[in-house]
Amino acid sequence: MAQVSTEKVIYNRAGQRVVSPDYLLFEAPRTKHFMTGSEAVKEAVKRSSVDASVSYPITPQSEAAHLIGELWVEGYVGVYFRGESEFGVMSEIAGCAMAGARCITTTSGPGTLRAMENFPMWAGTRIPVQLVLMARGINSPLSIQPDNLEVSFLLDTGCMIWYAENAQDLFDMIIAGFVVAEKPEVHVPVITVVDGFFVSHTREAVMLPPDDIALPPYDPYKAPMPVIDAEVPPGRFLRDPFVMKSNYISYATHASWQFEVRAAIERSRPYAKHYLRGLIEEFGDPEAEIVFVACGTAAAQSKEAVRLLEDEGIKAKVVKLKTIRPFPVEELINATKNAKTIFVPEFNVVGWLEREVRRYLYKRSDADIIGTPRVAGGMTMPPEVIVKEVLKILGKEVKHVI
Amino acid sequence: MSYKIYQVNEALREFVPKEIIDLEEKATWGNPKRGVMDLPYAKELIEEHSLCAGCPESMAFRYILASLPAPEDTIIVNSTGCTSLVFPHIALHTVHSLFGNQNAVASGIKRVLEWRFPEKVKDVIVLAGDGAIVDIGLDCTLQSFFRQEKITTICFDNEVYANTGGQESGSTVKGHVFKMAPKGKQFEKVPMWQLAIDSGCHYVARLTVSSPKRVEQVVKKAIYVAREVGPTYIHLYTPCILEIGLNSDDGLEEARARDKERFAFFEYATPEAQEVINRKKEEGLL
Repeated sequence: MAQVSTEKVIYNRAGQRVVSPDYLLFEAPRTKHFMTGSEAVKEAVKRSSVDASVSYPITPQSEAAHLIGELWVEGYVGVYFRGESEFGVMSEIAGCAMAGARCITTTSGPGTLRAMENFPMWAGTRIPVQLVLMARGINSPLSIQPDNLEVSFLLDTGCMIWYAENAQDLFDMIIAGFVVAEKPEVHVPVITVVDGFFVSHTREAVMLPPDDIALPPYDPYKAPMPVIDAEVPPGRFLRDPFVMKSNYISYATHASWQFEVRAAIERSRPYAKHYLRGLIEEFGDPEAEIVFVACGTAAAQSKEAVRLLEDEGIKAKVVKLKTIRPFPVEELINATKNAKTIFVPEFNVVGWLEREVRRYLYKRSDADIIGTPRVAGGMTMPPEVIVKEVLKILGKEVKHVI
Repeated sequence: MSYKIYQVNEALREFVPKEIIDLEEKATWGNPKRGVMDLPYAKELIEEHSLCAGCPESMAFRYILASLPAPEDTIIVNSTGCTSLVFPHIALHTVHSLFGNQNAVASGIKRVLEWRFPEKVKDVIVLAGDGAIVDIGLDCTLQSFFRQEKITTICFDNEVYANTGGQESGSTVKGHVFKMAPKGKQFEKVPMWQLAIDSGCHYVARLTVSSPKRVEQVVKKAIYVAREVGPTYIHLYTPCILEIGLNSDDGLEEARARDKERFAFFEYATPEAQEVINRKKEEGLL
């Protein structure tokens, strides 16, 4: 019988077959590979029809940036170069995105803060750049070790903030990140966070779809802001009206634009829910009264703690947050409705996630919210430490000695 | 690009402001020979401007915009300052992102446009003040020269942070008293044109706005060289008459006075740049 095909096969500039995001993320057959988080970044970029990337070295993200450079040599990425500093890189990548390119870049710790002025500008200009942030310490004395304090500074820049637990999460989130960020009604930057070293430098099993298929290329003419390429009528970027003037219309315009950027993040919810298979992930006893709310590596360690607590006869569960902006409010309220005690373990000294959880659960949960344990400066978070905290709060005997 | 995008929709013509109609009827799109001599008859892309009365920067803007060889395919990147007050009134693609990162943003735009449109010429031009170029953005400026980005950088040097109320800048002359330099500036004016040469620019010029024709020649040379060879730099004196205490009709005289001293016309071109300039002269475009 003759085969009837109505679909035209399309190839991207790198010669990969263009497939739908759903096919790439959910349907394509996957094979198991053993790789670091940095290599998972490369594999994701390879399948994302990326147009441009700009790099600057900083530990621990350098390797991921090198690997994107290799993809450029191989023809998978259109434009690639090393910028002069993180501030320069985030500015250059902004230029690339304004000119109509699908862009990705990476940074860590102090680099994030050096580049910080750019992130609200990215959001304000509605460019869908993806930043892979490999979180690292920023405080003095100098540390190159993992610590996610910097995320606290990013929460209110107007960018989406997603948090990957492991290399597999990171791979899938990078691909989904482009898809969601580039939806015309969203079209804001996405910052995909992982804990540096713990994920970037650790080798683990990652299930990958074939590398001869890729996302549909970015179409800049679907953007809600005019692309700066002199192909469409004069764009007046950041133009109407010029908001530095001191009058009430200007104030209102500025404020409404800020709300619009945040509304764009809210509009990403259904897409993120689809492509990330939910904004949260639950692990452990669904009815448990002890609940850990965590993201990234802290969620992985909390899962281990749940197993240890089971040995003690204590039922517990983990609510892993995949997105912090938008914050999965409804999901969290539902997942914690049986909770008596909510622990928020974190990889930073200030407890920004505890602050967020408190803010969103205020008057919506009767549970005690406890911001503990916290580690920082590169310390890992042994599950026994988490268990010890839980036992102390419950008034039980602490048998484990760390 | 298509020039049709600058044509007014017939159905909307009666509602369109006169300035836009003028832009359609009198703008000189698609004519590389356009220049400052067309100014009295053509629409030079500015709809209105929000600078002070008599500001020499507004003269500079008119001359530069009238001199662009391909305004329909030109993207201008600017930076925070008085320049950013004017850009909202220009009928061109313009980007104002932050203070000091203009050359970095321009680098990204230029590289992606070269990649997206390999068969087309897209000029990317930076227009920014001395604060943005010589002080806060010096790193991004020089690094774009080192990387040989094919962009033209034009510095409006008024030797002061004018938009914030008159603070000393790296470009201020030594000894000059401004805010933040209450005892007079302690170090020499940064020789930005020389730094541009040392950093790899292929065409560099220093001048005032006293001669429109000269501004036109310099701008055209800089853009043609940037298209083919690499970075180019123009250092243009656009005094802030307000901050140096002059009347609104004194700008031109001030520029003429500086023509004879620290802004005496100076031009530099590498052999590759000179080759482009000679060729463009033969083609009648300069």
